Parts: sequence; structure tokens; C-alpha cells
Amino acid sequence: MTDISAIIKLTAAEIAGKIASGELTAVEVTEAHLARIDAVDEKVHAFLHIDREGALAQARAVDAKREAGEKLGPLAGVPLALKDIFTTKDMPTTVGSKILEGWVPPYDATLTQKLRAADVVILGKTNMDEFAMGSSTENSAYGPTGNPWDLTRIPGGSGGGSSAALASYEAPLAIGTDTGGSIRQPAAVTGTVGVKPTYGGVSRYGMVAFSSSLDQGGPCARTVLDAALLHEAIAGHDPLDSTSIDAPVPPVVEAARNGSVQGMRVGVVKQFRGEGYQAGVLQRFDESVELLKSLGATVVELDCPSFDLALSAYYLIAPSECSSNLARFDAMRYGLRVGDDGTKSAEDVTALTREAGFGDEVKRRIILGTYALSSGYYDAYYGSAQKVRTLITQDFAKAFEQVDVIVSPTTPTTAFPIGERADDPMAMYLADLCTIPTNLAGNSAMSLPCGLAPEDGLPVGLQIIAPAMKDDRLYKVGAAVEAAFVEKWGHPLLEEAPSL
Amino acid sequence: MTVTDLVSYEDALASYDPVMGLEVHVELGTKTKMFCGCSTELKQDANSQTCPVCLGLPGALPVVNEIGVESAIKIGLALNCEIAEWCRFARKNYFYPDMPKNFQTSQYDEPIAFNGYLDVQLEDGEIFRVQIERAHMEEDTGKSTHVGGATGRIHGASHSLLDYNRAGIPLIEIVTKPIEGAGARAPEVAKAYVAELRELIKALGVSEARMEMGQMRCDVNLSLRPHGREEFGTRSETKNVNSLRSVERAARFEIQRHAAVLSSGGTIVQETRHFHEEDGSTTAGRIKDNAEDYRYFPEPDLVPVAPAREWVEELRKGLPELPRLRRARLKEEWGVTEHDMQSILNAGAVDLIVATTEEGAPSDQARKWWMGELARNANETGRGLDELPITPAQVARVAALVAAGDLNDKLARQVIEGVLAGEGDPDTVVEKRGLKVVSDEGALSTAVDEAIAGNAAIADKIRGGKVAAAGALVGAVMKATRGQADAARVRELILEKLGVEG
Repeated sequence: MTDISAIIKLTAAEIAGKIASGELTAVEVTEAHLARIDAVDEKVHAFLHIDREGALAQARAVDAKREAGEKLGPLAGVPLALKDIFTTKDMPTTVGSKILEGWVPPYDATLTQKLRAADVVILGKTNMDEFAMGSSTENSAYGPTGNPWDLTRIPGGSGGGSSAALASYEAPLAIGTDTGGSIRQPAAVTGTVGVKPTYGGVSRYGMVAFSSSLDQGGPCARTVLDAALLHEAIAGHDPLDSTSIDAPVPPVVEAARNGSVQGMRVGVVKQFRGEGYQAGVLQRFDESVELLKSLGATVVELDCPSFDLALSAYYLIAPSECSSNLARFDAMRYGLRVGDDGTKSAEDVTALTREAGFGDEVKRRIILGTYALSSGYYDAYYGSAQKVRTLITQDFAKAFEQVDVIVSPTTPTTAFPIGERADDPMAMYLADLCTIPTNLAGNSAMSLPCGLAPEDGLPVGLQIIAPAMKDDRLYKVGAAVEAAFVEKWGHPLLEEAPSL
Repeated sequence: MTVTDLVSYEDALASYDPVMGLEVHVELGTKTKMFCGCSTELKQDANSQTCPVCLGLPGALPVVNEIGVESAIKIGLALNCEIAEWCRFARKNYFYPDMPKNFQTSQYDEPIAFNGYLDVQLEDGEIFRVQIERAHMEEDTGKSTHVGGATGRIHGASHSLLDYNRAGIPLIEIVTKPIEGAGARAPEVAKAYVAELRELIKALGVSEARMEMGQMRCDVNLSLRPHGREEFGTRSETKNVNSLRSVERAARFEIQRHAAVLSSGGTIVQETRHFHEEDGSTTAGRIKDNAEDYRYFPEPDLVPVAPAREWVEELRKGLPELPRLRRARLKEEWGVTEHDMQSILNAGAVDLIVATTEEGAPSDQARKWWMGELARNANETGRGLDELPITPAQVARVAALVAAGDLNDKLARQVIEGVLAGEGDPDTVVEKRGLKVVSDEGALSTAVDEAIAGNAAIADKIRGGKVAAAGALVGAVMKATRGQADAARVRELILEKLGVEG
């Protein structure tokens, strides 16, 4: 089997199976994906860096292991696109920012190490909104990424490079990070699957921080099972991350293999609906709820009043933390250094470097956060936002007394045209309306495709939300929904995407 | 340097009442840094003890050093503080090139220990209670070296070198409540407090607390108010006062300076001050108004610290005897005066003397050697007593040799000199230098006979009853035996041979 177009359409589970059985070599698989990247990435621009040599070396190592009769892991030899926010010893890590252009970290993130240990083949690093701040990947300092469904539209953000790599068949697996929806919203607008694990479920060590109390790395894939396999490979307690949870990883793969909603109670929150939601998105969402009923679930209407305040609280907490996290980019130890001509003070060099190295959205949030933490404003802004956060957590706790999972649209609209919201931050922020409450509460959520909006023919995402450390429920429900939709459509949704 | 106007100390105190606040930073003696596994060893090559965490590299995360927390609790308990049941670290945000993250991980409104006190003893024996506001955990910064300027300060420098070995070393900051009511004794109280705190830290075994090595640093906040007024005056903050004597001098200088400014109708500027060892003066640093904004917020990368009550009680039970009480006990046991005890403390000899007695030496002997010969040597060579290359066991051995009559005092001093010179332990030095007291009666008897024969006139005087003249003959014998005879025995022999009753 050497037909490139056939190989790149395989799922991760299928690829691993074929490598293990000898039907395909890891090198063939890697070469097929590198060829695909060569063919389409000029148009898509999913990748910031491609590690051809490293990927092939890893693939050869997997093939050697197989030949030596060693047992291969469930993702051995499967290619992956890594969001450029995780540190990699052998590749630059830019976080989509000029301030880190060319920086090659001296250490691997825990997640990177886990991928290597699982024999996953890392193809390269994917594009993202600078420092993960954005919902369109337009804030990347290295240019936007196109949505494979329509290259003039955004692939979501901040993890638009990862979602686009999946939707364009450049990789069967990708890694994202989700601070306010940066895994789920890109998955929704590209017709792929993305999961934000429970906060603390996947180590943050080596993941460049945007907002420490909200950031969470997670799996991106084209199927629910593939996401589960990747989830299991990257999750687990890490002694290097104090906030990582010291408990067994929820049985996500088992759940993905045994999809069912029979007898489950599914909540629909009335706050996740209303003005600003595209008609076609709501239509597909309502159909999904009907589908869940038909599969044996009971649907419960929920009222979570504090969710209306989530966006406001988020835009105080996340910028506050980012203003402190990004203070280290001062031109002293690594990354960009501007104006160091021997006449300027350290302060001047820092100021010039930050002026040149940070983009507008990053500066906007640093200023916002600096203000919100200032003495005299702290209680009114940061303090109040933390109270809202507590209320949201309480609303979720009450909701999960009544239901097993909550469902909602992932994002209020389908992919919007590149440039449409670039000058309107508030419009951009609304893309995360349904995803942010989960980050504030720290529980888990998934986005998976639930059809195309009739008015524009673009993918719509269904969000499933589960309690903390009940990530397996996402996969149980997700697998059942996915199977029912594929049966209804006769093929995976992504097959309807135009060829590039 | 501009000349600062001062009024006399007495005049200052006649008009004003000083209020002090002391902030002491203690570098803990943990093997690793507060939030990573890097070594804390001092004096290593620049930047050789760093990692992604203490360099603040993108993506790196802190993990709390358990021993650091334990040390903080021990200090809190020894200072009679309450220990927080739940507290968090906070980020103190400000920019400085030697601070890798441009925020210091510290504690803000939730310190690990708070509301305590430390009783300190003044030179006349009076006990003064210093109230403790809080003790909290934080990390040290890196170190900047400014190159090319005349003063070593950043002003005028051509460039600066950054060494991050110190970045992340655990610190405990201990802050007093305003110290009121000390009056003219304020400088003495300040010194006694820092001295007592240093002893306490050492007794707890959480740090060596060497001020000269920067392991303990003191900031002296001081303000004056007219007698009878409740409200505090504006304070100055004299930074990094790094010896006990300097603490006292800095407080004294600031009292005189503040009084001069206030008496002439001026106002005190709220600012930091630099202390100058050479003349004991202070000069203006940076203006410190209350608008300084560190934008503190809870550190989201660390989970709260919630020390279990059983653990805290266990630590409380394991606390050593407080230094002040221990000194009172030892003073009693040794039978020395308050003044002697103070000298022993100032010389840093308490633990060494105790260790020497534990090795079997009588306390008066242990004291005699440590406070005499050894203190002199330490002084001359600019070392601390505990830095001398001699152990309490070796001192005890010398004392034992003297007690057994194998050495006299003069020989013993030579033995100690040999040990300090690296010639080996006391027995080896005795052996190598041939210092043993001549106790061979035959040889001694011959030497005495020769001395009598050679000094007939003196011998006659002794025979005639002038026993005091025996000293001259003893001297002659000692000279002949190169000091190795037991002088008392020599005297006995002389009198015996001359038929005189001693």
C-alpha cells in the first residue's frame, strides 16, 4: 500500500494497526504525509516548521523496533502535528511570536517527551495565534492559516494550524492547547475532533504559558477513537507540574471503543443560545439533541445564570495572568533582542524588543491585565472575576447533579472569512462564548462534527462537557454520536470537504 | 559624598521617640533551590547551577521544596508564631534583569507564619520583647555585577554581568511589628534582635546564617516622632545592613539624621538608604512612595500549602532549646558572669565550648582555650572561631594532656599552634615536636643537681629560708629541659634536695 492519497486518509488507529502488522512501514507513512505537506501546505500554511529529518529518523526507529520483534505501542509510527507552544529540543519553539523567533529550547516539554516515548512521529510545529491569544490564527506573527474547507476562511484559533493540518490530511493527529476554546473552536470550524482534558490532566511543563490557571493541552484528531488514543498517550501525573492531578487517567480509550448514550442524562443549558448564534449552527445543534434522544438519552433543560458573566471574567483573569507570564520576555536571556547597540540601557532594550516582538493582541492583553491587577483596581477586576469563576464552578456542580454530560454548540458561528473580525476584538472574543465556562471551572469538554450549516455549507461543532476527571464520558458520548452521524451521512463529514 | 547634618544622639532622643521595623532575609541551607532541583552551593562558576525553572525559561514550572516549607514552619514556631492552615504563594511583579521571570515568587497576604514574638536580652540582662508580624517564604534573585563604573553601582557602568546561580535560593523574610518603647536603646535592641534571631536560626539548623556571606541580610526601617505622639513619622529604609555592629550603627545614624532634618523644620523623604561600613553613615537610595505597585496575585502555577496540624505539632516537639534560655542555663552551669557569657556569644564560641565539654574537657578549660589562645589566633587570621582547623575533640585532648601532667600550659600552646598549622592531631604534634613534659625522675634529678651546682649563691639563700628564690632555679631547670619539665615537680625536687619545707 503505497498510494499516498490512501495512506493520508487513514485514521491513526488504522495506521498503527497496519504498521504493527507490517502492511505499511512507518517510513512509508511518514513520507506520504511529508509529500502531502509539500503538496498543500503552501496553500494551507498549517506548519511553522517541518522536521523532515527528525520525523524520518523517528519512523526508521519504529520500523527497526518492529523488525527486531519489539512490541509497538498503540500510536507507534503515527505522524503528528505539534502546536508550536510546546518546547522541543530539536526544533524551534516560537509560540507564533516574533519575540521567540528562532529560539530552540534546551529542554523537551513533558508532553513532547511522552509523544517521543510513545514512538509518535512528530512532523513539525503548527501555526497558532501569538501566545495562543486569538480565535482565528490571524494573530500569528508568521501569517494566517487557511481553513481547508475554504482557504479564504479562518481555521479557528488559537490552534488553527493543528486543526487545518488534520482537515487537510497533512497529519492524522495533532496537539492543541485550550485556554478559552483554542482546541474546540478550531475543531468545530474544520470538522475535526478536539478535546480539552480536565485541568491538570495533561502536564503543562514545557507548554509556554498564556494563562496558567486556564491553559490545558489536549488531543486533536479526525475521529473520537484517535483522540482517545492520543489523550491516553499524553495524560497523567507529572511531578514537574504542581497543578497536575495525581490520579489515574480516566479510561478514555475504553470509553471511545464502547460508545453509548443509552440511559444517560444530557443537559442543555439555556444560556448557550440566543443572539449571535447562526441559524444553521442552532439547527444542527437541535438535530444533535434529537439524535441523542433517539439513541436513548434523556434531555434535561438547565439554567446556569453565571455563564452569562463567563466571557467578562475570562477577559480579566486570562490577561492578568498573561501580563505576569509574559514579563519574562525581556531580551535578557533568549529570543529577540532589539536596539542592543552598546549605548542603550537594559530598560531601553527591553522596551524596544517588546515593542517590536509582541503583536497588537498580545500588547492589548498585557495592558489589560496589568491594569486589572493594579492596586486600587485589583478587587474590582481580578477579585470580582475570581468570584464569578467560583459561581460558574458552582453552576456546573449543580448541573452535574442532574445530568451526566452537557451539550451545546461549540462556537456560535461557522468559520468566518479571514480579516472579517481582525479589527474587532469583541466580535472575535464571542467565538469562545460556549467554550470559556469549561476553562474557568476546570472540567473537560470535546468538540466533534455534527453536520454542515445549510446556509454556508461549513462544518458545525457539537460540544460535549463532562465533570472534572470524567473525561471518559466525553468519549463514550462522542463515539456514539459520531457513529450515528457517520451512519446517517454514509461517510465521515470531512469527506465532503473540497479537495485542495 | 555629601555631608549629612546630624544632631547629637542625646539631643535627638531628648526630642524624639524612635520607632523601628526590622526586615530580615535568611537564606535557607537547603541542598536544592526553592522551586527546582538545582544546587544551592555558593561560590560556583557563574550560571553553572541553573535549569529551565530557575532561569524562567518559557514553559518551565515551579515545584515547592518541602524542606523549604519545613524550615519556614520551624522558624515560625520558634518565633512563637501561628502557622497558617492554608496559604498560597503570590507573584510580586516588577522588572529587573537579574530576576528571570520578572516576578518574584513570594507570599503576600497569606504568610506561612504570623503573629509571634522573640524575647531578646540586652547587655544589662533586661529582656525586651520584639513582636513579629510575619515570616514568609520567597525566592532569591540572581546577581548583577556592574562593570566599568567607578563605584560598582549601575550608574556609570559600561555593561552588567548576570549570574543566576542565586536565583531561586529559598529565603525566609521575617518582619517585625513596629518596635516601640525602646527609646535610647533602640539601636541596641536592633542589634540584640538580629543577634538573637541569628542564634535561633543556627540552633534550628535551617541556615548557617552567616551575615558576611549574605546568608542573613537586614533592612532597618526607622522613623522618629515627637515624644507623646501616637502617629508614626515618615520612615527611611536602610537596606542590606550586613553585620550586627552595622545594624546598631545604622539605627543610631538614622536617629541622628532624622532628628537633624526634623529639628530644622524639614521633612523626611520616604526612601531607601545605603549603609556605608567605613564611616557608619547612610546615603539616599531610591524614593519609595506608597504608589509602588507590585501587582501581587496568587501564584497559579503552585498549589496552596496546607501543612497538616499533626506535622506542625511534630515539628514543634522537635524544636531545640531556645538560644537565650540555653545561654542562661550554660551561664549557670559554667558559673560565669553575664558579661563573660556575652563575650562568649559575641565570639561565636558557645557551641564550640559545649562541644569541647562533651568531649570530656572541664568547662573552664574549654572556655580558657577557645576564648584565649584560639580567639587570639582567629582574630589575627581574620577567621571565625568555627573556621579554625581544630576540632572541639582536639581541644579536649589538649586539656586532658594538661590535666594528666603530660603538658604544661606553655607546651599546650605549642601543641595548639601545631594543630592549627596542620601538623596533625595533638598527640602527633607532641610526638613530632617532642613536646612531652620530662617526667623521667632520673633526668630531672640530674638537671636539678646541675642547676643547684651552677647557682650556689641562690641555693644558699633557699637553704637559709628564702623559699621564694626557688623560682630562679626552677627557671634554670626549665631552660635546661627546653620547657619540657613539669615546673611544679621541679620545684618540689629543688626544695627536697636543699632540705627545705615548701
